[in-house]
Amino acid sequence: MNYFKISYRMLRRDWRAGELNVLVLALIIAISGLTTVAFFADRVESALARESNQLLGADLLVISNQPLPEHYADKASQLELVVSSVTKFPSMISNSDSSLLAEIKAVTEGYPLRGHVYLMSGSPEKLMEPSKAQSAGKIPQPGTIWVDEKVRMQLNLNSGDSVDVGAIQLVVTEFIEREPDHSVGFINMGPRVMINAADLAATDLIHQGSRISYNLLVAGDVKKVQQFRDWAKSQLTKIQRIEGIRDARPEIKAALERAEKFLNLAALASVVLAAAAIALAVRRFTQRHLDACAVMRSLGASQKYLLYLYLYYFVILGVIASGLGCMIGFVAQEILAHWLTGIVDTALPWPSWLPAFQGLLVGLVLLVGFALPPVLNLRSVPALRVLRRDIGLSNAHSITGYLLGLIALSLLFIWKAQDFKLGLFVVGGFIVAIAVFSCFGWLLIKILSSIRHQAGGAWRYGLASIRRRAASSVLQAVALGLGLMALLVLTLIQEDLINDWHASLPPKAPNHFLVNIQPNQLEPLEEFFQHHNIQSPVMHPMVRGRLIKINGKKVSPKDYADDLHAERHIRREFNLSWTNKITTDNEIVQGKWWDNDTTDAVISIEEGIAKTIRVKLGDELTYDIAGSHFSAKITSIRKVDWDSFRVNFFVVVPPGLLEDYPANYITSFYLAPTEISMIHELVRAFPNILVVDVAIVINQVQQMIRQVSQAIEFVFLFTILAGFAVLYAAIASTQDERIYEAAIFRALGAKKEQLSRAWAAEFAILGGLAGLFASAGATLLGYVISKHVLHFDYTFNPWIWLIGTIVGIIGVLVAGLLGTRSAISSPPLLTLRKIG
Amino acid sequence: MLDDFVEQPILRTDSLTKRVNTGNEQLTILQDINLEVNAGEAVAIIGASGSGKSTLLGLLAGLDLPTIGKVHLDNIDIFTLDEDSRAALRGRILGFVFQSFQLLPALTAIENVMLPLELTAASDVEAVARRLLDRVGLAKRLHHYPKQLSGGEQQRVAIARAFATDPKLLLADEPTGNLDSASGIQIIELMFELNREHGTTLVLVTHDEALSRRCSRQIRLADGKLVQ
Repeated sequence: MNYFKISYRMLRRDWRAGELNVLVLALIIAISGLTTVAFFADRVESALARESNQLLGADLLVISNQPLPEHYADKASQLELVVSSVTKFPSMISNSDSSLLAEIKAVTEGYPLRGHVYLMSGSPEKLMEPSKAQSAGKIPQPGTIWVDEKVRMQLNLNSGDSVDVGAIQLVVTEFIEREPDHSVGFINMGPRVMINAADLAATDLIHQGSRISYNLLVAGDVKKVQQFRDWAKSQLTKIQRIEGIRDARPEIKAALERAEKFLNLAALASVVLAAAAIALAVRRFTQRHLDACAVMRSLGASQKYLLYLYLYYFVILGVIASGLGCMIGFVAQEILAHWLTGIVDTALPWPSWLPAFQGLLVGLVLLVGFALPPVLNLRSVPALRVLRRDIGLSNAHSITGYLLGLIALSLLFIWKAQDFKLGLFVVGGFIVAIAVFSCFGWLLIKILSSIRHQAGGAWRYGLASIRRRAASSVLQAVALGLGLMALLVLTLIQEDLINDWHASLPPKAPNHFLVNIQPNQLEPLEEFFQHHNIQSPVMHPMVRGRLIKINGKKVSPKDYADDLHAERHIRREFNLSWTNKITTDNEIVQGKWWDNDTTDAVISIEEGIAKTIRVKLGDELTYDIAGSHFSAKITSIRKVDWDSFRVNFFVVVPPGLLEDYPANYITSFYLAPTEISMIHELVRAFPNILVVDVAIVINQVQQMIRQVSQAIEFVFLFTILAGFAVLYAAIASTQDERIYEAAIFRALGAKKEQLSRAWAAEFAILGGLAGLFASAGATLLGYVISKHVLHFDYTFNPWIWLIGTIVGIIGVLVAGLLGTRSAISSPPLLTLRKIG
Repeated sequence: MLDDFVEQPILRTDSLTKRVNTGNEQLTILQDINLEVNAGEAVAIIGASGSGKSTLLGLLAGLDLPTIGKVHLDNIDIFTLDEDSRAALRGRILGFVFQSFQLLPALTAIENVMLPLELTAASDVEAVARRLLDRVGLAKRLHHYPKQLSGGEQQRVAIARAFATDPKLLLADEPTGNLDSASGIQIIELMFELNREHGTTLVLVTHDEALSRRCSRQIRLADGKLVQ
C-alpha cells in the first residue's frame, strides 16, 4: 500500500488549507534558530582551529632541548609532509652603543609552514601602523638579521646597521611586525630577532647546556599529520614533546565558548517553546482529522494503516519544515557572521553540513515526540463517528504520550548545551514548571470559579468559560506561562551576562605588562609614572621556586609521567607572590583567606593548578627557592578569572615570608593609544624591563564582547518569535470551539460586543495566570542558571513580577482578541451549518 | 443470474440489543433485534428520529459493539473478530453511503474513490475509479476536491466510492438527507441502478417513506424494537 502517496496528498491539502500553519511555523522558528547558532559555531570553530595552526607556524611541532634526530624529518618527508626547522635560544645581542637580551630564532627555508611573517616597511612613524605590514614570503638571507620593534628601539637600529650575534656580525635588513608563535604566552613576548639557520654554527652560541629549543615544524594533509603524530608519539624521549593545535588564544576561546553556550541556550529555549506550540497545535489537528480517520476505519483501514499514514505524514512534514528552517538558519548565520567579523582574524570557512543534519534531526524529534503521540490516538477513533459525529476520542490529553518527546528533548538539551549541568537545569526547570504550573492552575481556576457569582457581567461569563474548559484552560495557561518564562529568563540573563562581560573588561583594562622589574627600580619607576601623570600601578613581587615536596614527600616529574601538563609544572619553576589583599578577580572556593596580621606559613593556590598537581586543602607544599627550602600549608583554594588581564598568580602567600629571597616585580597598567611614546622612553630608561603590549588582544576581546552581545540579541529574536508561536497556538487551539460557541450565542441573541467583552475577560484572566507562573518560574530558573551555570551573581528583580503579569495580560488579551475576531464576525448560520 | 443470490442470508442478527448508561439509569436503544437479509435484497429500515435506526446500521457494519447479540456478515460472526479484523472485513464486503457524504477533504474525487481500493491492495486502482466516476457522471470532475463539488456531486463520488470494491452489501444512511429533493431523486436512481448492475445487497436507513417503498422489503423500528 502506498502510504507515502496518501500521506503526501493529505499533507499537501492540509498545508494549502492553512491547517498546518502553527505546526510549521513553530518548527521553522525552532530549527532556524538552532541551525543559525550551529552553523555559525561550526564556522568559528574551524576558523579557530586553523588560526591556532597559524599561530603555531605549523600543524605540529616536535620540540626538544637537544638537536632532533634525523628520523623525525625523514618520516615526515616519507608521509609527504612539509617540514622546516626553528632553533630558538636567548642570547645577548649588541651594537656599538648598547646590548640587550633577545630571543634568537634561526629558521630554515619554508618557515613558517602556516601563517606569515609580517614585515614593516617605510619610515619609523609608519611602523606603528599594522596595516602597512607586508607578508615577508621569505626568510633572512645568510649574513642578515631581522629584528622586531623592541630590538629596533633599544639598539636604535636602522636598515643596514650591523648587530653582533655571538661571534659574527649580521646586517639588519628588515623589521618584523608580527610573526607566528608570537602571542603564545608572555615569555615569547620579549625582544626577538630572526636569522638564517645557515649562520647558526658561526655564531658559536650553541654549547652544551645552553637553553636551546629545537623545533621541527610539520604541516600537510590532516590525516597524514595525525599519522605522523601517532608515529612520533611512540618515538619521543623524555626531552622531546609534541605540540599540536591547541588553545593558542585562551582568552578569546573562553569568551567565545561562553557566548556559544548562551547562544545555544537561547536557541534551545526556542526549541522548548516550539515543542509547547506543537503540543498545543496538534490538539486542533487531531480534532480536524477525526472524521477522516473514522471514514478510513469504516472503509476498512487497519490501525496499523493509520499509524503508518501519520508517521509518514509527520516525517514528510518534519523534513520539509526543518529543511526550510535549516535554509533560514543558513541565511541568518551569514548575517550573524557579518556582524561578528573580526572575532577571528581569518575569513570564516564554509560551514559543514553537520548543523543542517542536526536541524533535521531536531525537527523530526520535535514532531515525532510532541505531535505524533496525540495523533496516534487517532487510529483508535471509533469508526461509528461516521454515523454519530458526537463520538470523539476518549484519551485526547494523554500525558504519557509526551514522555518520549520529553526524554528526547532532555537529551537534545544536554547534548547541545555541551554542559550536562546546564542541560539538566533547563530541562528540569521546564518539567518542574509544567508540573507546578498545572497544579496551581487547576487550583486557581477552581478558586476563581467558585467566586464567579460575586463577579459582574463579562467577568462572570469569562470565569464560567474558563471553568467549562478547565483542562484546556490549564493547558493554555501553562503553555503561555512557559513561553513567557523563557522570554523573561533570557531577557534577565542576557542583560546580566552582557553587563558582567563589560564589567570584566572595562574600557581602561590594563593593556601593558611590565615584567622583570628589579627591587631597586621600584622607586624610580614610580617617579617615572608620576612624571608622566599616570597613577603608579601596584607592583606585584615575584619569587621563583620549584615544587619539591608535597606533605614532606619528595615529588619528581616522574610521579606525573601520565600527565604531561602536570609533569611540566613540576619540572619548571613557579612564580610565588605575596599579598594581603585578595582582588576581585580571585574567588575563594575552598578554605579561608588569611588575616592581615598572620605570620603563619600558609599558601593560597589556584584551583586548576591544585587539581593538576593533585593537592588539596591542608597539604603542605615545599619549594626550592634559590637553593633554600620554603614550606607552607594550603589554607585556601582560589578560582581566578584569567580573562581579566590583571596580574595573577598560581601560588600566593602572606607578606613577611618570602621577602628575604631574591625577587623581581611585575605590574600591569592602562595606557591610552595616544600616549604610546611613553613606552619608548620607559624602554630606554629601564632597558632590563620587559614591556608586554596586550592592547591588540584587549581590543579584540572588547570588540568581541560588543559583537557577541549583538549576536545574542539577534538569536533572541528567534526565541521571541517562538514565544509568539506558543501564544498563537494556544489561542488557535480553542478556536473551533469558540467559533461554534459564538455562533450559538449569537443565534440566541448575544451581541458581538457582549461576546468580545466576555472573551476579553477570559483572556485577561488566562494571561494574568500565565504571567504569574512565568514570573515565578523565571525568578527561580534565572537564579539557578546565573548562580550555578554561568557563574555570576543574581540580583533579584522585583519588577519581573509586575512586568511578567502585565505582559501576560496584555499579550494574551491582544493575541486572543485578534485570533477570535473572525469567530465573532462570521455569520452564525454559516458556522452552524458547517459544523453541524 | 440474480436468482443465484436470492434466499442466501448475507446478513443475520441474533437478539441484537444495545443499552447505554446515562448516569444512573440504563437506556435501551435496541432490543432483541432478529433479522435476516438475503443476498440481492434491497431492505429499508424505517422509523422515526431516535427509533434506533442509525445504531442498528452501526452495529450491522461492526462499527459499534452490541450489549448482547450477534451479527453474522457473510456467515462470519463479526463480534468474535477484533476491531482491525472487522475493519478488514468491512473493506472486503461492505460499501457505505452516508448522509453527510464523508469524503476526505484532502483527496480529490478520484483519490477518494481510489482509497478503499488502495486499502485492499487491489490492482488497477485508478482505472476502476475512473470508470466508476464516469459511470456516476463525474468524468469531468475527477480532480476536483470535495469542497469544489456540489452536495449532489459529492454524494455521487461517495456512491462511486461505495461501489469501488464491488461490495456484497451496501449500507446507506439517509443518503438523501443532506440534499435538495431534485438531487435526492437523482442520487436514489443512481444508487439503485448501480445496485442492480453490481448485484449488491442494499440495506438503507431512512425516514422517507417514498424512498423506502423502492426497496423490496421494509423493516420498521419503533423505540428500539422491530415492528412488523
